[in-house]
Amino acid sequence: MTEIKNENPLLEVKDLSVYYVSKEIGTCKAVNEVSFTVNKGETIGLVGETGAGKTTIAYSILQLLQTPPGKVVNGEIIFNGKNLLDLSERDMQKIRGKEISMIFQDPMTALNPIETVGDQIREVILLHNKITPVEAKVKAQEMMEMVGIPGERYDEYAHEFSGGMKQRIVIAMALACSPELLIADEPTTALDVTIQAQVLDMMNDLREKYDTSVILITHDLGVVAEMCSRVAVIYAGQVVEMGDKYQVFNNTRHPYTIGLFDSLPSVNTNQKRLKPIKGLMPDPARLPDGCKFAERCDHCCDACRSHEIPMREIEPGHFVRCDFAENFRRNNS
Amino acid sequence: MTDTILELQNLKKYFNVPAGELHAVDGVTVKIRKGETLGVVGESGCGKSTLGRVVLHLLDNTDGKIIYNGEDITKVDRKKLTELRHKQQLIFQDPFSSLNPRMTIYQQLAEPLLIRGEKRGAEMDKKIYDMMDTVGLARRLVNTYPHELDGGRRQRIGIGRALIMDPEFIVCDEPVSALDVSIQAQIINLLLDIQEKKQLTYIFITHDLSVVRFISTNIMVMYLGQMVEYASTEELFNHTYHPYTRALLSAVPIPDVNREVNRIHLQGEVTSPINPKKACRFASRCMYATDKCRNEEPELQEIAPGHVVRCHFPLMD
Repeated sequence: MTEIKNENPLLEVKDLSVYYVSKEIGTCKAVNEVSFTVNKGETIGLVGETGAGKTTIAYSILQLLQTPPGKVVNGEIIFNGKNLLDLSERDMQKIRGKEISMIFQDPMTALNPIETVGDQIREVILLHNKITPVEAKVKAQEMMEMVGIPGERYDEYAHEFSGGMKQRIVIAMALACSPELLIADEPTTALDVTIQAQVLDMMNDLREKYDTSVILITHDLGVVAEMCSRVAVIYAGQVVEMGDKYQVFNNTRHPYTIGLFDSLPSVNTNQKRLKPIKGLMPDPARLPDGCKFAERCDHCCDACRSHEIPMREIEPGHFVRCDFAENFRRNNS
Repeated sequence: MTDTILELQNLKKYFNVPAGELHAVDGVTVKIRKGETLGVVGESGCGKSTLGRVVLHLLDNTDGKIIYNGEDITKVDRKKLTELRHKQQLIFQDPFSSLNPRMTIYQQLAEPLLIRGEKRGAEMDKKIYDMMDTVGLARRLVNTYPHELDGGRRQRIGIGRALIMDPEFIVCDEPVSALDVSIQAQIINLLLDIQEKKQLTYIFITHDLSVVRFISTNIMVMYLGQMVEYASTEELFNHTYHPYTRALLSAVPIPDVNREVNRIHLQGEVTSPINPKKACRFASRCMYATDKCRNEEPELQEIAPGHVVRCHFPLMD
């Protein structure tokens, strides 16, 4: 299970740190030296709980962070050889929607309620391609058909569609210019399971067809298992475990990742109670020194709190931010 | 035999909407025994929350009967209703919008006691502090407001408000859906601990099948207002007869990378519950549907002891 080393990944996020600064709460360290790569055609999952910093990472890549209070204080985001953080807003606009596009969690708020859905898709196409409005409309209708919505519904408004269909339209819009990278932020969280299954399957088909790379942000380990080839687990703004999905699921090493799996109701065993992780995630405005998970970890010792824990490669391609990772392993038999 | 605490007989709730009659709950028949949990699962709009509200008289029912502790409580006067409200409680999905933002934890927990006519004083203080211990809220938080607390703690207040009345029956309406998994596990354990200690009976409404499987004694699957399958948890997961239940179970992504994904694809989306025609409501999405399904409404049938299903052609394999 060795990872194919790709010399030139499509996207490389290097030591990214993002802080939110405000007078009332001080400096909120939302993202702390996060590094990961996305290779051509692969889907990487960013998993973590509310407030872990997943969405902030996505917004930083697209430079959609509201500044102030948000600010990238450190790091590089290399996309196709260019550092996106060095680009002007004008150059960024050429990339957004064309080379990198995003699907938001809530399709109800991602669509304009007073513009027809077709026109919203056409707008993206017109913006990034030198074609006539008529050609763009044809293309927009093709995109609608692609996500399973009849092209005749071009002139309808968002409220005339169900939640699953709205999310399909958002996906059609995101894929309209065949982006190289798609960032999907909890794309199916607002949907029912049977509709989620339809949308995930469709995303998988489209990804294969267009060879798009995907960053899938989710809190659902089940979705990761089905969709991703690699996973990065985020906790308190840091990547705590990263590897291909077989490594992270079958050879889980970080106590937080183990805790996440153990919190889920298991199907097979006759357990009487669940195994929650005790306590809460630390306040990002008051992060502890040393290991950020120490407070909630059953195995923590003085050494864990005394220094910043480095990421270590414990097997090829499998990184864990824990000094004692070799001692832990999830019992998932 | 344990005693039946709640019995629903052909319970119906229709709403009048401009387009016609919306069948939110349409023929639910079920018995719940004391100390057990009935899990109610289904997708958005299937009527599971409405069912919970009708049972608690927060909505009037259109037809059918509600029998509570052997007594018909379908139609009750105000005095009886107040009495019932003390014994029956509701825990809401969103602990933020269901708490008063201008009340401290103390006030939130005191409010139901005051309504019941209890006097302020040392005794009430003790009750409130004891309840904070029970639901795992540190006593130092007694004067904090909901916005100062995280979702898990807010939900603990919601649970505390329900428990402080010392109820015997609680409807939990998606109590953990808004919470992260590690917090969700804490709250589920809390609900189970309290149930064991106080012999509580729950109706647990959720769309999360792994949670419902873990917590329920019996499970009812709803589709467009109708109960389509009901059985004990073990039985339902081992022998699934209704095509919808099967599709629902197969749609859940399982966090296991070694497992082959074997999914039943459902076509289309949920149809409208307004003026449904006399037919199987699932027929338009069912891969096994025949003309009979499209023209004749299936009745509930007991296919195995304690296992009922609403389908003309239950899947026997």
